[in-house]
Amino acid sequence: MAQFTKLTSKIMPLLVDNIDTDQIIPARFLKVTDKEGLGKVLFCDWRYEGTVSTIDAAEQATPKADFILNNPRYEGAQILLVGDNFGCGSSREHAPWALTAHGFRAVISTSFADIFYNNALKNGLLPVVVDAETHADLLDMAEETTEAFLTIDLESQSVELPGGQAVSFPIDAFARSCLLRGVDQLGYLLSFDEQITAYEEATRV
Amino acid sequence: MGRTLSEQILSHAAGREVQPGELVIVRPDVVMGHDSLTPSIIQIMKEELGKERVADPDQIVLTVDHVAPPSTVGVANNQNTSRRFAREQGIRMFDVGRGICHQVLIEEQIARPGRIVLGSDSHSTSYGAVGAFGSGMGSTDIALIWATGRTWLRVPETIKVQVSGAFGPGVGPKDLALKLERDMTIAGATYAAVEYHGLDWLPLSGRQTLSSMAVELGAKVGIVPPSGEVADRCPVPDWLRVEPDATYARTVEVDLDGLEPQVAFPHAVDNVVDISEIAGAEVNVIFLGTCTNARYEDMRAAADILNGKQVNEDVRFIVTPVSSREMQRAAADGTLATLLAAGAVLTTPGCGMCMGRHLGTLGDDDVCLSTGNRNFKGRMGAPTSSIYLASPSVAAATAITGRITDPRDI
Repeated sequence: MAQFTKLTSKIMPLLVDNIDTDQIIPARFLKVTDKEGLGKVLFCDWRYEGTVSTIDAAEQATPKADFILNNPRYEGAQILLVGDNFGCGSSREHAPWALTAHGFRAVISTSFADIFYNNALKNGLLPVVVDAETHADLLDMAEETTEAFLTIDLESQSVELPGGQAVSFPIDAFARSCLLRGVDQLGYLLSFDEQITAYEEATRV
Repeated sequence: MGRTLSEQILSHAAGREVQPGELVIVRPDVVMGHDSLTPSIIQIMKEELGKERVADPDQIVLTVDHVAPPSTVGVANNQNTSRRFAREQGIRMFDVGRGICHQVLIEEQIARPGRIVLGSDSHSTSYGAVGAFGSGMGSTDIALIWATGRTWLRVPETIKVQVSGAFGPGVGPKDLALKLERDMTIAGATYAAVEYHGLDWLPLSGRQTLSSMAVELGAKVGIVPPSGEVADRCPVPDWLRVEPDATYARTVEVDLDGLEPQVAFPHAVDNVVDISEIAGAEVNVIFLGTCTNARYEDMRAAADILNGKQVNEDVRFIVTPVSSREMQRAAADGTLATLLAAGAVLTTPGCGMCMGRHLGTLGDDDVCLSTGNRNFKGRMGAPTSSIYLASPSVAAATAITGRITDPRDI
């Protein structure tokens, strides 16, 4: 899993509430296990004209000019700012895979759906929950200029606004520790497999 | 202080008293993987984590239901990968045609009162219908359990849904599920357990409808206390019972008296209205299927309305039974014959067209009325198609007219 320590990037605003995983990555791409290719079909139905059925077809598809992912001014943005309850719906882990394959490293919202939140943490994608006021400030900033850069510091669990003030965000300590080291949670646990088994044997009732 | 059902189940599994908000490490009783995500779970476990064997094959169940039978070479190859994995690891598998995971695990009594049943499918909240702690997870989380036998869960707080009254004619469990969407919204129970009370009289099939849709409220689990028909078919552990002084985060009250048939508008599950507000809208595809509403009782309700009548010539009416067993029940008493005589199209049991990958994928501008659980834009096919959600009775009445129709008017 990719390490996450500190990220400075411009913000791409996509202010829609309840963006479900069918919008992030349609079900027809679930047979894909090549995570990298999924970046080309992130937000597929919002991003291209017509129905794109395969990753290869996305190369030939016509991008919708009014969708923000196709706006060259936001190219290279690694932070996605979204509406409430992001990632609701299906459990598909293809959603964070598609986001990270496209280049996003963090998603900021006022709330996330539970399964998406956990899937993101396990794939090096940082879900950042902020209060409504901070969210509105960030939106103003992202819409005023595409040159506004935001810093997310996982070590201090804070978002640093360009004005200098820092806003903290919550994250589970174990998930944070794994992200800071770039170690996946399962790999970390399995590295203690022998000790865990020995402990369980020793304490068996 | 009393505990909610989720707190009792997680306390029992953890071997100590647990409180909402705590993290607990548990050994789930059952961990289900379906054909759509099993290949990615295997890949994560074997290739990314280098773990060749699952910790406990008896804990795992595989199903083939999402695209069954397969529609493309890629899907067929993925399913063969799952079959080889099941054989090599000694894991139980329910193959093409047996039915939707959530139905099969309940029919086979693999999901039971008091058990923790996790699955690679978000609708794993369905196991709450038999009083289990059922919840969905992503591929990495599932791979973690297959590899270690264990997982950690945050103990959810519980929202109590208190139901009173009784369904009127033409109104049923799906209307209650949609009413809860309307009152609580799609994010109304994020990471909470929803516990449904006042439904001891409700048959298992109706409980499955409710629990399957708990995830559409954002819930971690959706539990109906295991009483009535559920307690009759499956032993309830003596440590699992409703404790009157349990603490709930809040209570939502719903009165079934006077409840109209409910319909969810495209493209949001919680955009729900009384049928009188939308009656007359044209549709061209009707889908009676999914883990939410494709059991015998659902097919029977549709057949009662369609008996002696014909599906409108401008409409395709596709029936995908939830499982082989429920299809056999519907065949045994003539329910299927009634549906077929009316012009229904019958498919292999499974998830069918719910996620738009086969057996009726919607084309551009198609308008579908589905008995399923999600109507997100493009879910069932073309991005320009749209989906209404409603009960099997509304689906049958609408199939006759080609317009959204109140079943009480037929």
